[in-house]
Amino acid sequence: MQIKSLEELIKIKEKSYKSVYLRQHHNNDSDEIETRNATEDEISKNIIVCGGTGCLATDSAKLIKNLELILKARGYDHKVKVIRTGCFGFCEQGPIVKIDPDNIFYVKVHPQDAKEIIDEHIIKGKKIERLLYIEPVEGKKIEQHDDMPFYKKQMRIALRNCGLINPEDIYEYIAFKGYEALGRSLTTMSPEEVIEVITKSGLRGRGGGGFPTGLKWQYTRASEGTTKYIICNGDEGDPGAFMDRSILEGDPHTILESMAIAGYAIGAQRGFVYIRAEYPLAIERLNIAIKQAREVGLLGKNLFGTDFHFDIELKYGAGAFVCGEETALIHSMEGKRGEPHYKPPYPAQKGYRGKATCVNNVETFANITSIILNGHEWFSSIGTEKSKGTKVFALAGKINNVGLVEVPMGTTLREIIYEIGGGIQNHAKFKAVQTGGPSGGVITEKNLDTPIDYESLSAIGSMMGSGGMIVMDEHNCMVNISKFYLEFITDESCGRCTPCRVGTKRMYELLNKISSGEGTLEDLDALKQLCHMIKGSSLCGLGQTAPNPVLSTMHYFWDEYLSHVKDKYCPTGECKNLSKYSINPDKCVGCTACARVCPVDCISGEPKKTFIIDESICIKCGACFDACKFNAVIKP
Amino acid sequence: MPKANFQVEIPNTENLPKEKFNELKQYIDGLKSTEGALIQILHQAQEIFGYLPKEVQLFVARALGMPGSEVCGVVSFYSYFTTEPVGKHVISVCMGTACFVRGADKIVDRIAKKIGIGPEETTKDGFFTLKNIRCIGACGLAPVVMVDDKVYGRVKEEDIDDILDSYRKEEA
Ligand SMILES: Cc1cc2nc3c(=O)[nH]c(=O)nc-3n(C[C@H](O)[C@H](O)[C@H](O)COP(=O)(O)O)c2cc1C
Ligand code: SF4
Ligand code: SF4
Ligand code: FES
Repeated sequence: MQIKSLEELIKIKEKSYKSVYLRQHHNNDSDEIETRNATEDEISKNIIVCGGTGCLATDSAKLIKNLELILKARGYDHKVKVIRTGCFGFCEQGPIVKIDPDNIFYVKVHPQDAKEIIDEHIIKGKKIERLLYIEPVEGKKIEQHDDMPFYKKQMRIALRNCGLINPEDIYEYIAFKGYEALGRSLTTMSPEEVIEVITKSGLRGRGGGGFPTGLKWQYTRASEGTTKYIICNGDEGDPGAFMDRSILEGDPHTILESMAIAGYAIGAQRGFVYIRAEYPLAIERLNIAIKQAREVGLLGKNLFGTDFHFDIELKYGAGAFVCGEETALIHSMEGKRGEPHYKPPYPAQKGYRGKATCVNNVETFANITSIILNGHEWFSSIGTEKSKGTKVFALAGKINNVGLVEVPMGTTLREIIYEIGGGIQNHAKFKAVQTGGPSGGVITEKNLDTPIDYESLSAIGSMMGSGGMIVMDEHNCMVNISKFYLEFITDESCGRCTPCRVGTKRMYELLNKISSGEGTLEDLDALKQLCHMIKGSSLCGLGQTAPNPVLSTMHYFWDEYLSHVKDKYCPTGECKNLSKYSINPDKCVGCTACARVCPVDCISGEPKKTFIIDESICIKCGACFDACKFNAVIKP
Repeated sequence: MPKANFQVEIPNTENLPKEKFNELKQYIDGLKSTEGALIQILHQAQEIFGYLPKEVQLFVARALGMPGSEVCGVVSFYSYFTTEPVGKHVISVCMGTACFVRGADKIVDRIAKKIGIGPEETTKDGFFTLKNIRCIGACGLAPVVMVDDKVYGRVKEEDIDDILDSYRKEEA
């Protein structure tokens, strides 16, 4: 059936609500959907299983199948429904299973656990203790997700539906007020009013630049021409960031709905989602969502009975980081090499096929519907003075709770790393956290109490970027990490302008020289100079920001660079040429473990006596270090 | 650009059979417009042939009425497109930041040593291709290795033998 008015949508919402009333959702000020218990003849339990990429990799698909088979075998398939949702965010603990309305949260669930979940929990009503999450600090078991430190400090706006609804069912989205914001915009607001709400909310672009979204819409609306386009930037190039992907996989309809709202606001009738070919699941879910939205008339002609038409197509990327840059992205969509061009003209003036085009990031779009429904006052009450709302971060690296977290702007890094993230893995010492990916920089202990927003991160030499947050511990070498980013950049530089194409290569060579022990003090100077030159003279953001990781590691870890160059010594042992392995005679018990694993047989000694390493043969593989149970191998 | 209307000669060799070219031609003919569709067509071509050798690139160029150099320029720009045939199983090691910080470089070394080839190479018997890829979005499971579509998370160096041997065994 086709939905032709707001009233019809509300009716369908009320009907659809029957399938989701059991679900306990994330605490979020804006939600006012009541949950209740089932009556006799209704489904009485939902088993919610994460179907995000992380959990699928740990076999959640098989788990779902097992659950369904066993439910059927026990004759419970009419009372209990298994629902596959998008990412819960707590990837470290996956696969995740939540049972509603009991609000019990199970972690690291295996496909073999399906039987116990049904026989014990569903049928007998007994919690399964061994699948509960154990909080690492005090070792307490926690049953409900809102009690977990990981979720407690989070506030979910962009991720509100991830882990709550089945992304392949438009009615579940509608049940949680889906498409209501579009309906209200089209039937009760003028395009200018929509833009005004977004402008007043203070929402800024989440793709990295932080440009005010309302202003961008206004500029695109004001551009000449009657054909305009909306593009959703789903290229997500920062290696180590996966929030856009999770949103597209977990809540594709919110992106479609918000793009339609943006289309109405700027006067566009067509939208495109530019998405990486490396994200097959997100592509599949988007395709399903588009098809469903067309079927019920929420995409296509005369939406909500008005004279506004809007439709959306997918365009695939093909693996090029620079295509995340908006002008490059547009070239790529036109079937060309994805090289950026000089701005102006901005896409808002002259974009896809020469027409005014508004490019926004996935997460930016994911905020739109809530702002329209709850008002700009609500949104702008969250966050800091200049950065409103929340930001999603992909917390990864040497941290206990790897996953996706959404926090109000102004939360400190310390809260994110230690409270939500649960601290550093294996009790190691925190060294630095990299934000902003290859365009950003490192932040050290000293600045961990900085409240996060666009300005404060720039002030300490990093940037917000798309939200990747890579935590590094004492075993990570800062020269090595700079080298890693530069290698990435040399691979990804499109080659259009010389400072970036040649300059970053020279930088990489210098870093390589330093990490292999051949660097000189002059090299450090040259490296710095190159950084400033490339920053100042590159054409696009990729080149302009490429030196940031080097500059910031040099700023905060200058001693480490010096030690590589002057003492020919890598304090972490990550740079192989500069590490020395030796055996501490006080600790060595002569267990022979190291000698047995050494691939080049350069460790000698007699059992129960002290062993020694012949440094001239050692290839610095580190195997002995890992093998020794008595911490007798000294690295470096 | 006018709709393609060129006489295209269809090559036919053992590796590049005529049927596959016909399939590609049908796809191109079925498009509403070929304007700006080059990347989309190349995706489809790689799906059909598994890779994009010179013959296929030229075929696409002729069909769209554009210079071969332009097609080649696009193919070489994007890392997703490959001009070499890949092995039966593709081992992709994630070299994204999260995986790198958790030791992905050591995993690559270990795999390379085991199967005797470097990244972007294929074993002589055409069984394995080794690739370094960027973040696949499973950073929570870092370090991540993918064999074809199957994702292996939290991989340790010691696990490599078991993982790769299982594919050899399956074959035998
Ligand atoms: C090298 C480079 C890579 C970028 N990658 C992305 C990306 O992956 N995703 C994204 O949304 N924006 C990316 N951007 C920013 C876009 O150019 C653009 O500013 C953004 O999509 C605008 O949307 P927003 O205003 O909603 O943030 C990148 C910019 C540069 C310079
Ligand atoms: S700065 Fe680098 S990526 Fe950007 S246009 Fe120049 S060469 Fe290309
Ligand atoms: S680091 Fe490797 S090569 Fe060197 S002594 Fe230890 S095991 Fe042997
Ligand atoms: S960095 Fe490896 S999956 Fe993201």
